[in-house]
Amino acid sequence: MSDGGDSLAFGSLALALLGGALRVSTPFLFVSLGECITEKSGRINLGLEGILVLGAMSGYGVSLASGSPWLGVLAAGLCGLMMGLLHGGLCSLAKVNDIAVGISLMLFGTGLAFFLGKPLIQPQAPMLPSLELGAWSDSAQLQSALRINVLLPLGLLLALLLHWGFRASRWGLALRLVGDNAAAARALGYPVVPIRIGATAAGGFLAGVGGAFLSLYYPGSWNEGLSSGQGLMAVALVIFARWNPLRCALAALLFGAAGALGPALQSQGITAGYYLFNAAPYVLTLALMAASWTPGRSLAGAPGELSLTQR
Amino acid sequence: MDPLTHSLTAADLQHRGAAVEAFRVTKRFGAFTALDAVSMKVEAGSFHCLLGENGAGKSTLVKCLVGYHPPEEGGFMVDGREQDIRSPRDAQRLRIGMVYQHFTLAPGMTVAENLLLARGDLPLRIDWRHEKAALAAFLDSTPFRLDLNALVADLAAGEKQKLEILKQLYLGQRLLILDEPTSVLTPGEADEVLGLLHGMTRDGRLTVLMISHKFREVSAYGDGVTILRRGKLAGSGRVGDLSTAEMAEMMVGSSVAVSSGRRRCAADQTQAIGEVRLDVEGLHADNDRGTPSVRGLDLSVRAGEIVGVAGVAGNGQKELVEVLLGQRKASAGQVRVAGEDYQASRAQMRRHGVFSLPEEPLRNACVPAMSVAENMGLRDFDIAPYAGGWLSLGFLRRGALTRRAKTLIEAFGVRPDDPAAAIENLSGGNVQRAVLARELSGPVQLLVVANPVFGLDFAATEAIHRRLDQARNEGAAILLVSEDLDELLELSDRIVVMSEGVIAYEALAGQADVAAIGRYMAGHGH
Repeated sequence: MSDGGDSLAFGSLALALLGGALRVSTPFLFVSLGECITEKSGRINLGLEGILVLGAMSGYGVSLASGSPWLGVLAAGLCGLMMGLLHGGLCSLAKVNDIAVGISLMLFGTGLAFFLGKPLIQPQAPMLPSLELGAWSDSAQLQSALRINVLLPLGLLLALLLHWGFRASRWGLALRLVGDNAAAARALGYPVVPIRIGATAAGGFLAGVGGAFLSLYYPGSWNEGLSSGQGLMAVALVIFARWNPLRCALAALLFGAAGALGPALQSQGITAGYYLFNAAPYVLTLALMAASWTPGRSLAGAPGELSLTQR
Repeated sequence: MDPLTHSLTAADLQHRGAAVEAFRVTKRFGAFTALDAVSMKVEAGSFHCLLGENGAGKSTLVKCLVGYHPPEEGGFMVDGREQDIRSPRDAQRLRIGMVYQHFTLAPGMTVAENLLLARGDLPLRIDWRHEKAALAAFLDSTPFRLDLNALVADLAAGEKQKLEILKQLYLGQRLLILDEPTSVLTPGEADEVLGLLHGMTRDGRLTVLMISHKFREVSAYGDGVTILRRGKLAGSGRVGDLSTAEMAEMMVGSSVAVSSGRRRCAADQTQAIGEVRLDVEGLHADNDRGTPSVRGLDLSVRAGEIVGVAGVAGNGQKELVEVLLGQRKASAGQVRVAGEDYQASRAQMRRHGVFSLPEEPLRNACVPAMSVAENMGLRDFDIAPYAGGWLSLGFLRRGALTRRAKTLIEAFGVRPDDPAAAIENLSGGNVQRAVLARELSGPVQLLVVANPVFGLDFAATEAIHRRLDQARNEGAAILLVSEDLDELLELSDRIVVMSEGVIAYEALAGQADVAAIGRYMAGHGH
């Protein structure tokens, strides 16, 4: 193959990766923003994987029943909110460990979704609309790469809002105080437990919305293998992003691109190692965790109350 | 200019220090009477000191005053009017604020954010430009200087203490209660903070009530003093009318010589100084955030001497000690013990008789949930006579461990004297004693000690100092890192000042120039 052909192939591979990043990153974005809120309050919610799957199932179900995908998104968010409340409430009991609760919630959420979602595997629910940002171009590949879902800009907007809000709103400051030094927050009269429960519930809501994306846009159906650990990866992503919402958004895009590597290579005709390339996000998770965790240093930017980072 | 005016009512705007009186305050915890009819009078605009040993009831008294636990009997008068203080909210209403011994700051947030959060009536949307201008104006109205944008985690202890005080001033407090404010500060920092507060009382803007152990501070800054002993009033008066010896006597209940001013001279040394035991050469180490903290440090300690390391907190002392104890990796340089390259492995510690009393021993030298006996065995539980038995598989001999613990508890006066008690349930002084007992029970060649009497009372301090002195006289090489210059001057044979990660000054203790030490500590030596 000539050099020109190589660069053409590379260009279309990059385009496929970009398209993949824009398509696949949305659940990462929502779950990581939700987890960012939760962790800023000093709790960690590993149950987001379960909430993601439950959100996907309930969103699909409500969209199917009501005919409105937006009602589905709302229902998925509310389901997540309830699960977040459950996590927040349980962790507020004495001597309850948030990581253990998170793991059981993850299993509970997925189990419940599989149980209730059995009748939803066949029928086709109305899908979320997409925005054709590539309509100006006559390249079909660019058009497809820039065909984005409406939730993505909403999520990016939310990242900006959170970035601003953590710094310059009453809620943001109180949330960070509670996550940084609960004793100080108590001494200053801030309600530590309600703030944490609220933050976990908000995180659950966003994770639920992220789940609705899976079933109502891409891949766009309900089945049991829908999430494949994206909720858990989002937790790692928050640590990699150092609890900063803007970096969460960037990291979500990066993870999205990694997730698109396998299909993108396949579209270029490289089928060898398809399943290996599909593992790229997981490899990326491991690599990033190893790279961002330097021995002998504490993590800069980590909320002081987080059980993960306490010595 | 006061940025708080919008949140204050007209009645609160009297910017005068408050006069406070405690009248026969009694507080019981179950069968234990923590305060027994204690009275105290703090005049408006004065700097009042509350003296007493640990457990004398000082903290209980001020906690009653700030509403944490209301007294059973007796009460308080503020500005001549009787006030029922049932909760911290009541105290806040009366503009009485307390600065705690441990910092109540959010380390991951900035100075400005911490101040704003303390105010409590934040708007939903925070206009940082406006708020920062208001905070800067507030700072200008106080004698304290801090960078509003600095992250609290990056502040030195003295700066954190200033921020705690600023928080209370920001709330418009008229009576400021300080619980041993200088226990975490260097003498220079302490003098600065107390001097500034003293200045504010002179202007009549503030009344200060300070809990302290340190006579030097009481004499230098106090107007009035109240002394408690075992929950009872032991004496009170104007500071100028009482001598240090009189105050000490009221505090401990008997004539105990105050050890301040005692200095070791070369002539004191009963033991000739021996060979080099610890030799540090060109040591570099990073702190937790990855920035270089120890930067090419050279230091040696010989057998039979105490080398005191002075310095403002945050100049690399903590990292130096952690490297020596094996808690931190050096990034460059060499540590030799008895001439041999030293990596702080367990075998090396044993071979060279290296022991240590790190700061915060409960965190750095104990397993909190284990018993005192088990903690006392941490150095040698795995060797004979504490382990062994069948096929030499290293089974623990709990009986031997417990017996040894009993002996040590007895010898070092650890309370409670129960080897089975979890060490986390012991008071700070007793944890310190228990760890020191463990560390001094073997043949000590080299002892690394960091802030050994932090937060301890008079008697415990004396006891630990005596032990260190004794170990030195028996030929141990001792490296003593302390933020208390008086302690260093009292115990050391040689004093070095650590500044910005290197040794900036060195002198024999007998010839040390305190002014020069202060200059080098402040980083202005050259």
